[in-house]
Amino acid sequence: MAAGVATWLPFARAAAVGWLPLAKKSMPKPPSDNKSRNDEILIVNVSGQRFQTWKNTLDRYPDTLLGSSEKEFFYNEETQEYFFDRDPEMFRHILNFYRTGKLHYPRHECIQAFDEELAFYGIIPEIIGDCCMEEYRDRKKENLERLAEDTEAEMSTDAPLPPDSTSRERLWRAFENPHTSTMALVFYYVTGFFIAVSVIANVVETVPCRPPKGRVKDLPCGEKYSLAFFCMDTACVMIFTFEYLMRLFAAPSRCKFMRSVMSIIDVVAIMPYYIGLVMPENEDVSGAFVTLRVFRVFRIFKFSRHSQGLRILGYTLKSCASELGFLLFSLTMAIIIFATVMFYAEKGTKETNFTSIPAAFWYTIVTMTTLGYGDMVPNTIAGKIFGSICSLSGVLVIALPVPVIVSNFSRIYHQNQRADKRKAQQQDRHSGSQALCVRNRSSFEQQHHHLLHCLEKTTNHEFTDEHTYSEVCMAESVGYRTSRSTSISSHQGLSTSCCPRRAKRRAIRLANSTVSVSRGSVQELDTLHIQKSSIVPQSRSSLNARTQDLKLNCDDTDFTAAIISIPTPPANTPDESLPSSPGIPSILRNSRQLGDCSGSFTHETVKISSL
Amino acid sequence: MGAVVASLSMQTKQRRPSRDKAEDELEMTVVCHRPEGLEQLEAQTKFTKRELQILYRGFKNECPSGLVNEDTFKQIYAQFFPHGDASTYAHYLFNAFDSGQNGSVKFEDFVMALSILLRGSIREKLRWTFNLYDLNKDGYINKEEMTDIVRAIYDMMGKYTYPVLRDEAPRQHVDAFFQKMDKNKDGVVTLDEFIASCQEDDNIMQSLQLFENVI
Repeated sequence: MAAGVATWLPFARAAAVGWLPLAKKSMPKPPSDNKSRNDEILIVNVSGQRFQTWKNTLDRYPDTLLGSSEKEFFYNEETQEYFFDRDPEMFRHILNFYRTGKLHYPRHECIQAFDEELAFYGIIPEIIGDCCMEEYRDRKKENLERLAEDTEAEMSTDAPLPPDSTSRERLWRAFENPHTSTMALVFYYVTGFFIAVSVIANVVETVPCRPPKGRVKDLPCGEKYSLAFFCMDTACVMIFTFEYLMRLFAAPSRCKFMRSVMSIIDVVAIMPYYIGLVMPENEDVSGAFVTLRVFRVFRIFKFSRHSQGLRILGYTLKSCASELGFLLFSLTMAIIIFATVMFYAEKGTKETNFTSIPAAFWYTIVTMTTLGYGDMVPNTIAGKIFGSICSLSGVLVIALPVPVIVSNFSRIYHQNQRADKRKAQQQDRHSGSQALCVRNRSSFEQQHHHLLHCLEKTTNHEFTDEHTYSEVCMAESVGYRTSRSTSISSHQGLSTSCCPRRAKRRAIRLANSTVSVSRGSVQELDTLHIQKSSIVPQSRSSLNARTQDLKLNCDDTDFTAAIISIPTPPANTPDESLPSSPGIPSILRNSRQLGDCSGSFTHETVKISSL
Repeated sequence: MGAVVASLSMQTKQRRPSRDKAEDELEMTVVCHRPEGLEQLEAQTKFTKRELQILYRGFKNECPSGLVNEDTFKQIYAQFFPHGDASTYAHYLFNAFDSGQNGSVKFEDFVMALSILLRGSIREKLRWTFNLYDLNKDGYINKEEMTDIVRAIYDMMGKYTYPVLRDEAPRQHVDAFFQKMDKNKDGVVTLDEFIASCQEDDNIMQSLQLFENVI
């Protein structure tokens, strides 16, 4: 909308004539317009395809290559045109950005090529319009993931280790990439084998074996051959413990390793054994000990180190966790509703199975998932009616629209993602606006601020920001006159909201360092404000995402004193803004643009009371 | 006025013979307003051909249909005054621009108003301003109209001002205005009173010169 806003500004300024009879004071002088009246057509030759446009169109964005003097480097004197040896197809989009103010992402183009073109022309990708932003981000994410996978695959291939790696690093590498050495491969298979053995042993030891002589009842094999199983278990656990300790030793970051999922699985797999060792052979406690043995089955998850597919499944489940939770929640609601209904419907029956609502949960679940065990059946007519409703709705809720649910989830998922993307986009815009600034204040902003100035003069009030306003309110309520500076943040806030494109740049007011204080007619000078603002002046090329390969011209932070006076009675105040009046001190709201290599915007106001 | 209204309506062959309301919405009507010729506009306004070209290019870019309706106008104007609420004042301004009072501003209205504001004589500018203040266009500005306008202007300032905006500020402003402008103290300001009072005020005269080179 920057183009549009710029078009209507002269009209808005002309309409300011309507304020003149109301204003008690005279209006401030308008900024001089250096823009040449004669607009010329420029020819931009991109690999043979000639584009022509008005010079003013390109000047709209002085932070880019085409808008700044950088394009002079590409000027061809003989042909009187600007020649760029780049992709003409992409240039069409770049030029449309200047014309319409919106940058669109062409879907058929490669994302990397597009990024490179944007980088060349000095346009930051965050400006992409909302219509194309989602597509752009999706493709970018895909690309990054692909790159990450590529680098991971690269790293995990048999690239030879640097010769000076320590044994620790070699060990870690052997663990992570078993294909690197035969020893690692052997170890990999051995552990895999023992995991399988352990799991099978867990399973088999519960199978009933023929009872030994002298007994009638069938025994589970675990009790019959308890010694054998115990030895096998010990062997497995020893191998697992050894493996875990070796991994712990070899891990580059032990804390990170200990927090990772795989190491937790390892620990959970071997802890029951050790707990069983230290626990006394007490009948009471062994009940709890038995439950611990359940955890031994977690050893099966150790296979995920060996299986890529399992890892992918785990990752997918993790990423869909919110959707699954939602499904579970809605199912729970339905279960509770039907269970309650069934309980109250069956309450009257004698010897009913529906002894409580939680007991009815089981019936509801079994019915809704169309299992229908038949261990709990309603007897009353109402119960049967509601039971049939329950099973029908179970079909609807679970069995029938599985694809619909899946697509619902993906829609919910995408909706959430879109909201997050938009939020991230807004945050980027907001943070981006702090990082960029303009070196020369554009004439548009000058004129805009002149317009606001005129409004201030008409109403005899000034724009301030919320902070200042609340302070003034407090001060006034205390009943003691303070003088405050009207900060420039009003104008800064302005530039972020009215000119979203130019919001990338903070409005930098030109310094007007002449400050005159005349003690004569000033009643009191309460506070002296020192405004210290650091804004990053970024060179145009820094508008790209890569900021590390940049040299910023950093000036030292500087001070500008803003000295305020109490408003003297309006009758004899010749108030002028930009040039300071000789007699009565004027309100100064300017600060110089300053540089700071840290890239953050800090605004410190130091108040010193003076008399 | 050489207004050309081009209406394109698309009707499919499969449409049922009876057309109900919903189908009326399907019919696409594009109303496009084209301004009079460049020479005519040049004769009517004080702009040169080149300036008119620049103005029209910008205008057409923003409003391809050639018409600005009130909502769009309010939106555009609000962008310049993000602190406060510019909609009321934009409404009054729109009425001042819309010479035909038909709810939309054409390029001719736009350009003629700009011509008056930027290139007109003092009298013409003041007459335009009087027309702006005179909300019901009856030739008199009374206190209510003025209060509305002033309140609308103060609304544009927003909440956070220094000094703190008081409720009686607009009223005081209007009283001061009437004191100055209403010569015969009859409670209304006529065009002649208005022009005469403004011509006596040096501040206003000076400021009127400032906006000459906005384009």
